[in-house]
This record gives sequence, structure tokens and C-alpha cells, in this order.
Amino acid sequence: MTTTLYTSDHEWLAIDGDVATVGITDYAQSQLGDVVFVELPKLGRTLKKAEAAAVVESVKAASDVYAPVTGEVLETNPDLASEPALVNSDAQGKAWFFKIKIADKSELGGLMDEAAYKAHTA
Amino acid sequence: MLARDDQDSLKRTPLYNLHISLGGKMVPFAGYDMPVQYPAGVLKEHLHTRNAAGLFDVSHMGQIALRPKSGKVEDAARALERLVPQDILAIAPGRQRYAQFTNAEGGILDDLMVANFGDHLFLVVNAACKAEDEAHLRANLSDDCVIEQLADRALIALQGPKAESALAKLCAEAPAMKFMDAGPHKVAGIDCFVSRSGYTGEDGFEISVPAGDAERLAKALLENPDVMPIGLGARDSLRLEAGLCLYGHDIDTTTTPAEAALEWSVQKSRRTGGARTGGFPGAEKILAHFDHGASRRRVGLRTEARAPVREGALLFADASSSEPIGKVTSGGFGPSLNAPVAMGYVPTHQSALGTKLFAEVRSQRLAVQIAAMPFVKNTYKR
Repeated sequence: MTTTLYTSDHEWLAIDGDVATVGITDYAQSQLGDVVFVELPKLGRTLKKAEAAAVVESVKAASDVYAPVTGEVLETNPDLASEPALVNSDAQGKAWFFKIKIADKSELGGLMDEAAYKAHTA
Repeated sequence: MLARDDQDSLKRTPLYNLHISLGGKMVPFAGYDMPVQYPAGVLKEHLHTRNAAGLFDVSHMGQIALRPKSGKVEDAARALERLVPQDILAIAPGRQRYAQFTNAEGGILDDLMVANFGDHLFLVVNAACKAEDEAHLRANLSDDCVIEQLADRALIALQGPKAESALAKLCAEAPAMKFMDAGPHKVAGIDCFVSRSGYTGEDGFEISVPAGDAERLAKALLENPDVMPIGLGARDSLRLEAGLCLYGHDIDTTTTPAEAALEWSVQKSRRTGGARTGGFPGAEKILAHFDHGASRRRVGLRTEARAPVREGALLFADASSSEPIGKVTSGGFGPSLNAPVAMGYVPTHQSALGTKLFAEVRSQRLAVQIAAMPFVKNTYKR
């Protein structure tokens, strides 16, 4: 059973036990435009909540993606290197960025559910 | 991850309502509310311009008429030569030329297009500089010229391999024009100034149109299925692939024309030994750079990696040295090349084509190589 939560910086987290799969929201990709490059965090790196974890580059600009929670990077999405445009076509599905082992579940308390995120981007 | 700018007090071009109706995503640019892209997106807009035709609203740019008080256009040309290192007298009626306003230190105040319309000169200058340019012209040329900012005109660029056929439907004379021809023409029955030029490396036109007719003309061009509206995002990626300078980034008040690799734009007549050598601001330094070389030079850069190298990235001679040798002034992703492209300044002795350097991107050194510009071949109709 997974729960999806959102940050005010437009990242999503699908939480399954103590592992969160992280990506950027469909709203975020629509604002960024055509994604041409994604830089992902190194495996095993421990990210602090709100730290720059990844970079998504459109034709126009580079934007940071922040770690929504503190934890160790367990896995990164190999498909984004060869097909960065996946971020535009399937932001909240195939274009997940990385999986992180959640160090402190209390950090999830400040995140939004889908209804709250929808209101945030309305 | 997304910033919003204050939209208040931004100026609007005569095509603002059209941009909104076309779904343009509006952003502040040089004091104007401008479309950065339309629903198609930067990538498709860029490629469409290279494959068919793109329509750009560049009405934010300044259009200035320089009218000689004597009635003789040569007198306006001679006067303007006091502010630019170009041969303005040699611009024949119906032709235009690329020029730069220089400062006393040999730097560039703005770059511009100068057209000879027979009885006066017509200038197109950058949006961010237009007030300063007008003041500069008034301060220096008022004895000889009447300077008129043509604020009641819009400017539409039509660029790409289908630009000629698209414009020909509304202006039968368009196909006979050659690259850098410029003059008054009727387009869709409207009195316009048309030049065969642009900022994409493609064949194409720039059309100056009275503000009140601009939307009608733009709509008439957009009715053609070959023509798609293009935002500032693709305008930037197109000019970058074409190796063209963006004022305030690749050239500014600290770069001389020689440093900026703009030698081609300064004619022999204004150089050392020429018929009208010097006589423009910063001539001593600018000509010395032509005669003896400058210590740095603008070059094109290609990378091996997929990560774009953007403006501000520092350049290094090797993977570990601590002292940067130069800096990237424009960089991004080139959709036609499907690869990153950039330009920047490096020491002249390290500026040869093929020189391998490193660019620092997010604390990593990426291998880059000095490459010939334009990155994408020009298709001007000469």
C-alpha cells in the first residue's frame, strides 16, 4: 500500500514502508517545458531534507530538485539518462528520479496530500 | 523550484492579446510581458522554425529613424559613423548592415541594424538599451539629424525555409529580396518596412508594421499552416545555434569587437589605413585590437556530455587547475544538434578550434572543446 505525498516545491513521493520514490509533479514539468537532461544523485549518498538532490534541465534553464525527506539514496532511474523527455510524458509514473530510505518518518508530517497539493497549484 | 516574477508595470506589445489567445506563456523580458513559449513548447518551436517557418514578436525592440537635417542621407550616415566602427556611408539605398555603438573604452554599448531607406536611416536596437541608445543619438547627432523613436510600430520576424513562400502570399516582392535587403513594402496591403534578415541563422524577414495593423498582419501570416508562433525560449536557442551574440551576455561594455570575434562586421574603410579610419568612440583600443590582437576571444564550445553548460560557468585549462581561464557567456541545449552548445571568452592563445578545455558545472569539470560557429549552417539567401 503506497501513499503519495507532495512538497510545496513540486516534488512527489510515493511512500512504501520506509522507502519513498521521488519525482517531480506533472504541474512542475508543465512549467519547466521540454526536459533535455536530468542529473541524479549518487547511489548511497545521504541527502538532507531540502538539500538539492537532482537537477532537471529544460532548453531554457536548470532547476534544482530538493530532497523531500532525509535519507540514503537507494536507487536512481536509469531511463532518464537516455530519455529525459519521459519527465514531460510521464512525470508521476515512469519518470521517477530516485528512491530514498526515509530516515525519520516524522518529516512526512509537513507534506501535502493530493487534495492539498491541488489547492496549492490552483 | 519555480519562481514567479511580478507582472505589474510591464509594457505590452501590440501583439499581447494575440499571444494570450494563442496560449503564450508570458514572462517579463526587458520591461515587457513577452511569450517565452506557446503550448507547442521550446523544442517543437525551435525545430519548426528550422524546418518550416516561425513567427516571432520582436516589437519590444527599438525602431529609430535617423533623418538628416540637410535632406541628404549621406549626412546622416557620416554622423552615425561618429558612434559606430562600421562603414555606414557604404550602405546602399535598400540595404542594411550590422553595427555596434561603442564606448570610449572600446566596449560595446549595444548592437544594432542600420538600413538605408534612401532619404533616412532606419535603426533597430535592443529593447533593454533603446532608451539609452536614443539618448546617446540625441546627445551626439542632434546637430545633423532628427532622431525619432518609432514607438508606434510593431516588429514581426518570420524565419525559416518556408518564410519566403509564406511572405510571398502577402508581399509579391519578397522573393526577389536578398539577404540584408531592406526597404518599404506593402504586406497584406499594409505599409511596412521589410528586411531580409533575422536572428536565427535561417533565411527570413523582419517586418516593421504600424502598431494598429500588427495583429491583422500576424494573423494573416499565421493562417498559413507552415507558420507557427515562436516564443523567446526558441528565439534564444536558435540564435545560440547560429552563433549570434546576445547583448548583455556575449557582448557588453567590456568587450571590444575584436574580442567578440566580430571582425567581419568592421569594414576596412574604418580600420587603420582605411579612407575614414577611426573617428568613433574607443577607436584607439578597438583598432589596436584589430592590428595587434586582443588577449581574449569569444569562441564556440561543444561538450561530450549531455549536461548543458550555461552562462556563468567557469572554463579551465585542465581538470584540476584552480585558476579559471575564461567564462561561458551563453549556453544551453541546441535542439537541432540534439546536444549542448555554448559560447564564451578564453585567452586568445587557447582559442584555436579543437582546443580541449573544462567547464565547471555544479562543482564538476566537464570536458568541452572549442568548436566553429555557427553550430548550425546559415541558410541566408545571398
